[in-house]
Amino acid sequence: MSLSASDVEKVSLLARLLLTPQEIEALTSQLGQIVEYVDQLGEIDTEQVEPLAHAVELVNVWADDEVRPSLPRDEVLSGAPHRDEDSYLVPAVLGD
Amino acid sequence: MSLLKKSAVELVSLLRDGELTSADLTRAYLNQIEEHEGTIQAFLHVDREAALQQAEDLDRRRAAGENMGPLGGLPVAVKDLLCTRGVTTTCASRMLENFRPPYDATVIARLKAAGAVLIGRTNMDEFAMGGSCENSAFQTTKNPWDPERIPGGSSGGAAACVAAAMAPLSVGSDTGGSIRQPAALCGVTGLKPTYGRVSRYGLVAFASSLDQIGPLAATAEDVALLLEVLAGHDPLDSTSIDAPVPRYIETVRQPLEGLRVGLVTDHLAEQLDPDVEAAVREAVRVYESLGANVEEVSLPHSRYGIATYYVIAPSEASSNLARYDGAHYGYRTDESALQAELAAERAAAQSEQEEARLDTPLVRMYRKTRSEGFGAEVKRRIMLGTYALSSGYYDAYYLKALKVRRLIVEDYRAAFQKADVLLGPVTPSPAMPLGHFKDDPLGMYLTDLFTVGANLAGIAGISLPCGQSREGLPIGLHLQAPPLEEERLLRAAHMFQTATDWHRRRPDFVASED
Repeated sequence: MSLSASDVEKVSLLARLLLTPQEIEALTSQLGQIVEYVDQLGEIDTEQVEPLAHAVELVNVWADDEVRPSLPRDEVLSGAPHRDEDSYLVPAVLGD
Repeated sequence: MSLLKKSAVELVSLLRDGELTSADLTRAYLNQIEEHEGTIQAFLHVDREAALQQAEDLDRRRAAGENMGPLGGLPVAVKDLLCTRGVTTTCASRMLENFRPPYDATVIARLKAAGAVLIGRTNMDEFAMGGSCENSAFQTTKNPWDPERIPGGSSGGAAACVAAAMAPLSVGSDTGGSIRQPAALCGVTGLKPTYGRVSRYGLVAFASSLDQIGPLAATAEDVALLLEVLAGHDPLDSTSIDAPVPRYIETVRQPLEGLRVGLVTDHLAEQLDPDVEAAVREAVRVYESLGANVEEVSLPHSRYGIATYYVIAPSEASSNLARYDGAHYGYRTDESALQAELAAERAAAQSEQEEARLDTPLVRMYRKTRSEGFGAEVKRRIMLGTYALSSGYYDAYYLKALKVRRLIVEDYRAAFQKADVLLGPVTPSPAMPLGHFKDDPLGMYLTDLFTVGANLAGIAGISLPCGQSREGLPIGLHLQAPPLEEERLLRAAHMFQTATDWHRRRPDFVASED
């Protein structure tokens, strides 16, 4: 499976990255190489194999249903690049 | 300087007996850092005053008869991805250049409670992605044995500072070999615990099913001392294992009777540097001389480890790193420039359709923030992971890799029927020259061949010095054990260190000082 520049551009939108034409060119070849290497997994017969998402296959871990203090709002917002008194500020989501 | 050649275990006992103050010891390490940091660049941040303040507080507490905890005033370096309240935690990324977490990682809280002096924040590959520290947004750490060479990564600063006697103990993290590989290349001992043995709460996430925090130090005994502090169940990390923590420091000196060592033949067959192969084969003879039975074992799917890992790790990374959105914390692109750029694109649009395809201001804010905040390797992995998880490719890549992951786990299970520990090389070669993999990301990935298996299978692994190349560069021995068998691993490593002195070797500039 080879990768085209337009595949890379499409994926960059999904990944919320904005790439320069030079980056797209470099990534098309580098990702292509890596994907080609990864394709060797196709050699292995995994028809009867269950996927394993986690090395330690845990049962569900329940937390007690109790109210505990959380960080004060001001501390949570302390790292926000753009904020007002009690919320994060972002560019308008809906039209002007 | 002779103080800095003592082991952490010796230093703790001097501190406990009142023969040494934490302030004097901390000052000695800070002076060593000051003297050699210009060359080595192991640290992203050292706050001399804050470190001495912590040391003096601990000395006062001891004078007042209080228990100082198992580390009792010993300096510890931490990798710059462990959230520390009020202390800049950058992950070696522009994205987090000014990030000051409002809380402590569990590991940081445990270190503080154990009486550690947090001496500095060590350099790493950005977001722990890389094996050379060259992906740090801020500086490249140099190998203390040869400053023209890489220290390894991603915990390169963590390993280099121990090799350069800038800290007796160091905390790193290992997602595909990031503790063991730099430990091998810098000639120190580094352990990746079982997945879940150490809490990940407050660790900046890379690949959550693989990440694990662990200790680095000069000797297996010192690693045991630090692991005992780090390990244990944490209700704040639902993947942490609720099992008692053995007294590693009590048992580490006990040799293992009738130890069965499995020599991983697949790891000797790959393109291995002849000096590395010779050192590993010599290590086999050392274990035989100690009474161990060595048998050859095979991990037949280990040759697919890199392909499996480089699907799973970037997939998890692409999801974890989605949180860097320019809204909640971290870097954000300049907004007036962004609005001007979009206005120009709208004006240049030839049709309504074309205009409709332009990013909304919010999407463009995400895209510009992330493209300016992340370095090349991080972008590459986010792209790879997003591709592997995208519609149409999910089954072929991600699901396929998860299935092969199970086969890799089953290989280990079978091997551990025949052997108590598995033995092999940590890296295919000693430390490479700086810049060696500059335009060859796949080449860099392939050097993780022997270490990724332990992360995929969630088992414990340790790297310890077992020789030197003809150029005098350290070579690491890799031992792996089943889940929660850190004690066995440490005892086996200590046995080796009673019969050899590779772990006592130091780079010339450290060895020659007194």
